[in-house]
Amino acid sequence: MRYSFGGDEHIFVEVDESMSLEAFFKALFITNAVRDKAIDGVTEICPANASFQIKYDPDKISPDDMLAELKSLEASAASAPSVIETRIFEFPVYYQDPWTHETLMRFRDRHQDPNASDLEYAARINNKASVQAFIDAHAGAPWFVSMVGFVSGLPFLYQMVDRPRQLEVPKYLRPRTDTPKLTVGYGGCFTAIYSVRGAGGYQMFGITPVPIYDPKSEVDYISDDTMCLFRPGDIVKFKSVDRAHYDHVTEQVAAGRFAPKMKPVTFSLDDFNADIDGYNKKLEGVLDA
Amino acid sequence: MLEIKAPGLATTVQDLGRPGYYHLGIPLSGAMDQLALTAANLLVGNDANAAGLEAVFMGPEIRFTENATVAVCGADLPPKLDGEPQPIWTSFAVKAGQTLSFDYLKQGARAYIAVTGGIDVPVRLGSRSTYALGALGGHEGRPLQAGDTLKLGQGRPAAAGRSVPEALRRGPTGSPVELRMLPGLYWHRITEAAGQQFFADTWKVANEADRIGYRFKGGAPLEFVPREQPFGAGSDPSNIVDACYPYGSIQVPGGTEPIVLHRDAVSGGGYMMVGTVISADMDLIGQLQPNTPVRFVEVDMAAALDARHERAAILDQIRQHLS
Repeated sequence: MRYSFGGDEHIFVEVDESMSLEAFFKALFITNAVRDKAIDGVTEICPANASFQIKYDPDKISPDDMLAELKSLEASAASAPSVIETRIFEFPVYYQDPWTHETLMRFRDRHQDPNASDLEYAARINNKASVQAFIDAHAGAPWFVSMVGFVSGLPFLYQMVDRPRQLEVPKYLRPRTDTPKLTVGYGGCFTAIYSVRGAGGYQMFGITPVPIYDPKSEVDYISDDTMCLFRPGDIVKFKSVDRAHYDHVTEQVAAGRFAPKMKPVTFSLDDFNADIDGYNKKLEGVLDA
Repeated sequence: MLEIKAPGLATTVQDLGRPGYYHLGIPLSGAMDQLALTAANLLVGNDANAAGLEAVFMGPEIRFTENATVAVCGADLPPKLDGEPQPIWTSFAVKAGQTLSFDYLKQGARAYIAVTGGIDVPVRLGSRSTYALGALGGHEGRPLQAGDTLKLGQGRPAAAGRSVPEALRRGPTGSPVELRMLPGLYWHRITEAAGQQFFADTWKVANEADRIGYRFKGGAPLEFVPREQPFGAGSDPSNIVDACYPYGSIQVPGGTEPIVLHRDAVSGGGYMMVGTVISADMDLIGQLQPNTPVRFVEVDMAAALDARHERAAILDQIRQHLS
């Protein structure tokens, strides 16, 4: 792992240059250990995809002491079993929806392939026979929330499949100035759900009717303590839905009668690696139990 | 109560910030010039963390419906009370029915307006600060608009005519302004020559300079050390696997225009960073206007901590002077 001081108030730790579930898990374990240790002076503990960051008050703990703490936690995390207690969500996605389509058409001049939609482009460069085949792959296996951030409550999700099956798509050549709220986007090897409307560079595949950020405390299933639904380590299974289903969920949300399907679950990285498809089937079984 | 007659450019309610939620993408927010807001609050008898107004480049016009003590610190944005000039960094009395307005900006970028009792907007996640990108906190999660009304909290009015001595009115000085930084993070991704050039160049504040971050232009593009891009990082040599961004970190998308993230920072992303502006100089960035010439100056951790203590000592002197 590579440690670097981010000015006098942060320590930045790159677990690996490349994205992998192993790197993400290591970042999650060590940041959990930092939180559990309740070190005086630590103010922010931020796990990311393959790295993490600690913000601290150097008037309370010196940069060198903070660094030593992290290194000692790295050593103990290495011997811990890769098991976490987490949550699995089912998230409806209306792929090829009219709103992201209208938006992507406004920004074709910033795209690698102005004559195709984002999904058509993504399907082609990932050697999928059709857009539907690409959607089947996207919705076919669950995803880890490997980071929450960029803006409030926005999850980065990494698919729980082996490296050859990872979908990869570049970001727009130049970022858009607009992205509909709750767009399901894709950049690099990550899905993102845009928590707020705004600028963005990820390819746009669809939209979910399920709010994930609640600054006005209007949504019952999002805690007022954080205002954000997701946290790093959550597991998400996307479910492709049609317009009628999207409209139905939107109405239910507005009426305060909706909560996404969610179950607590234990995840073991070793068991997952031993049989990826079988393990994912079991996870989906938890959702339906 | 305060009645907003004209809002200024992007006037927001800010206190000292909202720590503890960066891992969810919710940044600190709070005054970009923390020392100036603290001084303004102390002048009017508030706690340092009371909410005030941050006005950028252009002041608001505010009608008071009750008596209050007011202070304006930070940028030299000259206040006027019913048209009568008032001093900055100094408390003055406002009577019910009077209107506070501002002359044109003379120096700096952000003025902090503190009012006895503080601005009483709801506390959200532990803070009254506005985070406009996330529609969170402040007054309805957004910059002020004409017609808004703001309630004041309870406070003991401080005397008028109290002043912060000129020697303690900290702001950017000299030209180019020097911003001290600790190289690191992904510094190793650029060549040694590019690193030397980065410090040698004089940069200018670009127009894209706001609470999220300050962009700089005019220096030479950075040359990267060649590598095969890691899985998940993206194809541009400035791309990394999306990671956390420290406050004050200097990212360089495409290797061309550095961006220093500030109080409303995006919490992470896929661009490499060459280092981090030290905590002592973050207040100064909040006072930079577009086109200001800036140099980045390399320091080590010992110098960063010395600078941090010097800034803290100035705050202590302000406290002692006003206690």
